[in-house]
Amino acid sequence: MGILSGSKKKPPAKYSAVGLAWRGLRKQSWPRIWREPEFRNTYDVIIIGGGVHGLATAYYLAANHGITNVAVVDKQYLGSGGSGRNTAIVRSNYLTPEGVAFYDRSLELYNSMSSDLNLNVMFSERGHLTLAHTDSALRTMNWRAEVNKLQGIDSAVIDPAEIKKLTPSLDVSAETRYPILGALYHPPGGTIRHDAVVWGYARGADAYGVDLYQKTEVLDILVEGGSGPEGKGPGGTVKGVRTNRGDMHAPIVVNCTAGWASHLSNMAGVTLPITTHPLQAAVTEPVKTFLPTVVVSGSLHVYVSQTDRGELVFGASVDPVATYNMGGTLEFTEELAGHVLELMPGISKMRLLRQWAGLCDMTPDYSPVMGPTPVDGFYVDVGWGTYGFKAGPVSGEQMAACVANRATPDLIKPFELRRFTEGALVGEKGAAAVGH
Amino acid sequence: MLLVPCPNCGPRNAADLTYNGESHRRPDPKICTPEEWRTYLYLRENPSGWLRENWYCGSGCRKHFQIERHTLTGELREPILPGEKTGTTKGDMK
Repeated sequence: MGILSGSKKKPPAKYSAVGLAWRGLRKQSWPRIWREPEFRNTYDVIIIGGGVHGLATAYYLAANHGITNVAVVDKQYLGSGGSGRNTAIVRSNYLTPEGVAFYDRSLELYNSMSSDLNLNVMFSERGHLTLAHTDSALRTMNWRAEVNKLQGIDSAVIDPAEIKKLTPSLDVSAETRYPILGALYHPPGGTIRHDAVVWGYARGADAYGVDLYQKTEVLDILVEGGSGPEGKGPGGTVKGVRTNRGDMHAPIVVNCTAGWASHLSNMAGVTLPITTHPLQAAVTEPVKTFLPTVVVSGSLHVYVSQTDRGELVFGASVDPVATYNMGGTLEFTEELAGHVLELMPGISKMRLLRQWAGLCDMTPDYSPVMGPTPVDGFYVDVGWGTYGFKAGPVSGEQMAACVANRATPDLIKPFELRRFTEGALVGEKGAAAVGH
Repeated sequence: MLLVPCPNCGPRNAADLTYNGESHRRPDPKICTPEEWRTYLYLRENPSGWLRENWYCGSGCRKHFQIERHTLTGELREPILPGEKTGTTKGDMK
């Protein structure tokens, strides 16, 4: 495989109950789970973005392909972007066959992740309900259920009585403003601890010798021979990146950022079909467990789940105005409260603890952009909109294969950047969670 | 809350207006190539900085206008109505 060679396979040190007791009794402290590397300037692969996608790509490059001379650079700390801001919901009940196959592989990887990475990611397979409030929504649910069944995914449409049995706190009466007519029930969906996923991949990649650079901001991408200004753009070859700590050289650079995907790709002279919108989320005070499933309502633009600590986590659709500003707005909390109380009138006395926002890179067809770009050696894994977290593991696995073999695997072929110039968009619009 | 100055109605909450995204010059569909047309349809600069964009004052004067906005700080410059060449922005309307 030419330049990409050299394997030093080494599994991460095991965490175990015996080890925990041993350290606890001897009052030993725990070592850092990844190294703080000395700055080096030559690598085989540089990955920009230390979130789930970037770290998973680094991990699978090392674990599946033996490529360990890899650097992951992040301008803040690992998992500081979308990976630490999402509402941690995973599911695979999508609408298009391409989407279903892809997200189902992701769910498979999430299922075995705790043992694969030897770190408890607290995957809770609690079931996922997508509510339908209109006839047309119900029709789409039926359509999705059939596509899902055809692909072997556990997914079915259920009626209000069954919804009430699963989730008693929902108001399924006909007296509400938007009565619940039915729901798409997806038992394998659930929630997961997003920070643990980041730490698990970081620890795994680090054990294979991948260098993880935090607080290292990419200021420019070095490209030669391109048709644009300064030799960048289509036809060029990537040479490395310029960071705030110095230049780093590599024949392959992978852009795995969310929120800053356009900003970084523009540095290489590659224009993306992306606009960046913030998505706000909020969390309540903790209460006793009463919500056993994940509840999503497309018409009311809201999704709710209860964490293991008892807090309700709410998410909504993206803000309408494109911005990189992650400030919260009063409009969001007002709208959210109204919609949630429409679904669950019983929680009117609960108080919100805090709200936050994350940046979502929206594409015109609500599908990601993955694979090669017109700049040789510059790869992207971007445009993950509001659904990047649930696809993290499979994106990492597929991007690693794409980079290692210098060929796009079949599973992500429909998501290549060139679909926009060839007019072959993947319409995942109806199936993305809310508000699209 | 983002206060957007409509050229006719004055400062309005962004939620009262319709946001129509980046301003682009539309290529002539009779002579442009499919690539040029799709570039116009899909590709966006999406900078973290100053951006000229289209807004529609649907609940007020019902006029479309353009304004330059800083996408990180939310700072806004003088709005311009189609056909005007005033304001602090340079160049003509795209």
